[in-house]
Amino acid sequence: MPSVTYVLPDGSEQTIEVKSGLSVMDGSVANNLPGIEAECGGSCSCATCHVYVEGEWAAHYGKASEEEWELLEFLDTVQENSRLSCQLVVTDAEDGLKVTVPEEQG
Amino acid sequence: MSAADEAPVVIVGAGHGGGTLVGTLRQLGYEGPVVLIGSEPDAPYHRPPLSKKFHADELEDPLRPLEFYEEQGITLRLSEDVVAIDPEARTVRLGDDTELAYSTLVLATGAEPRRLPVPGGDLDGVVVLRTLADARVLKDAVHPDKRLVIVGAGYVGLEVAAVARSVGQQVTVLEREDRVLARVASPELSEILTGHHVAQGTEVLTSADVTGFAGDDDGHVRAVVLGDGREIPCDLALVGVGAIPRDELASAAGLTCDGGIVVDAATRTSDPHVLAIGDVTRRPVGNVEELVRMESIPSAMEQAKQAAHVIVGKDVPAADVPWFWSDQFDLKLKMAGLLRPGHAAVVRGDPTTGRFTVFHLDGDVIAAVESANAPKEFMAGKKYIRTRQRVDVTRLADEAVGLKDVVA
Repeated sequence: MPSVTYVLPDGSEQTIEVKSGLSVMDGSVANNLPGIEAECGGSCSCATCHVYVEGEWAAHYGKASEEEWELLEFLDTVQENSRLSCQLVVTDAEDGLKVTVPEEQG
Repeated sequence: MSAADEAPVVIVGAGHGGGTLVGTLRQLGYEGPVVLIGSEPDAPYHRPPLSKKFHADELEDPLRPLEFYEEQGITLRLSEDVVAIDPEARTVRLGDDTELAYSTLVLATGAEPRRLPVPGGDLDGVVVLRTLADARVLKDAVHPDKRLVIVGAGYVGLEVAAVARSVGQQVTVLEREDRVLARVASPELSEILTGHHVAQGTEVLTSADVTGFAGDDDGHVRAVVLGDGREIPCDLALVGVGAIPRDELASAAGLTCDGGIVVDAATRTSDPHVLAIGDVTRRPVGNVEELVRMESIPSAMEQAKQAAHVIVGKDVPAADVPWFWSDQFDLKLKMAGLLRPGHAAVVRGDPTTGRFTVFHLDGDVIAAVESANAPKEFMAGKKYIRTRQRVDVTRLADEAVGLKDVVA
């Protein structure tokens, strides 16, 4: 299974295995990691699963869709590498992915 | 420590509130025992698909994988009812007459669908929608050859109408008030949405007073009967006329209730060892004077987080602007803030394009936003509500002006 590293709001890191085909958000929810709230359950309807995609992985995933970027752009914590983690599907090609979870969601 | 302090945190109700709370407690480092009691047979699940995707495979979507509860050391007791609370002894009594002690009790009992007290209301085929079991019935009944009548044009009713219509079902929506979503949306949004449903072939009858259901010889509903004598034929009638908070346990235990369990901004009830979260509560919201009974997942999740902080003795995070969402046909609707009489409505965008927003202004401050396919307007609106940002109303109404340039 691909492993994903989450840098949590308190600065600590957790690396977990995420079943291929699930999202970065799913991995966080299944392992009860703090930070990602996922109010809408992954339907790109809120902005409470916001992460920063680190390093080369940002380019690997590419740009957010227009709808996703509209949800992100008015957040106080938005950055160029901001994504909604419900939209980031993890497969073997994403093994080693690293994301940072900002302190504030929504 | 007394025995009661070593007793578990007991949560009654395994919906979005209870389901969120157990995870947050562990995230905050709470290591004591936690018991989550739910009356339904299913482990906590996502409720939005019940009305938005009940025809699809995505209907059944657990909040967490089943192994989560064991991994996190949460005792999940499903298909069990709590029948009484003894606040003095700090125990709850279960349906099998056993007692369970608690250190803190969290009531997350939700709300139950209001029924219509009219003749024929108990016929086969007259249904409500609240639980996964209800949605499975609806899923089996949705068929292009069957006629569906929905009594009550609230968000649940309109979402079900949209799904049923999209699979080719003949759908009639009956609403007692003179417009759809009369309790929960602005007249502007009601009008636009009515047009949208009618354009998709749904029959929408407002000011329709349902006085009964007529059945066939087998005791199955065959029509909904209106006050003027009209009969609307149907194979299934969904009653979606609001929900009643399940506060009987709290009320019987002497907790302060007022159409819902009264809580403060940290989910505290009138009993120091009992918290309450979710649809069952009447809670403070923003700067509105009266307490409000919210029926939304974000509100339940926010209160779950507050309750977890109270239990571990940490500062309770500030409340956010209330919001909720709805999906109807191709419209992704998102609403934030609270609608109150006296606000001025400003429409941004052309409703006929399917992308528009109704802003509700208290002077030059946004109090509420209702948006369709307009996530940017929703997020900007929510932010401006939170910061009480003053805006230029003329510029706000002009889609050509960027949302960062509407501030006054």
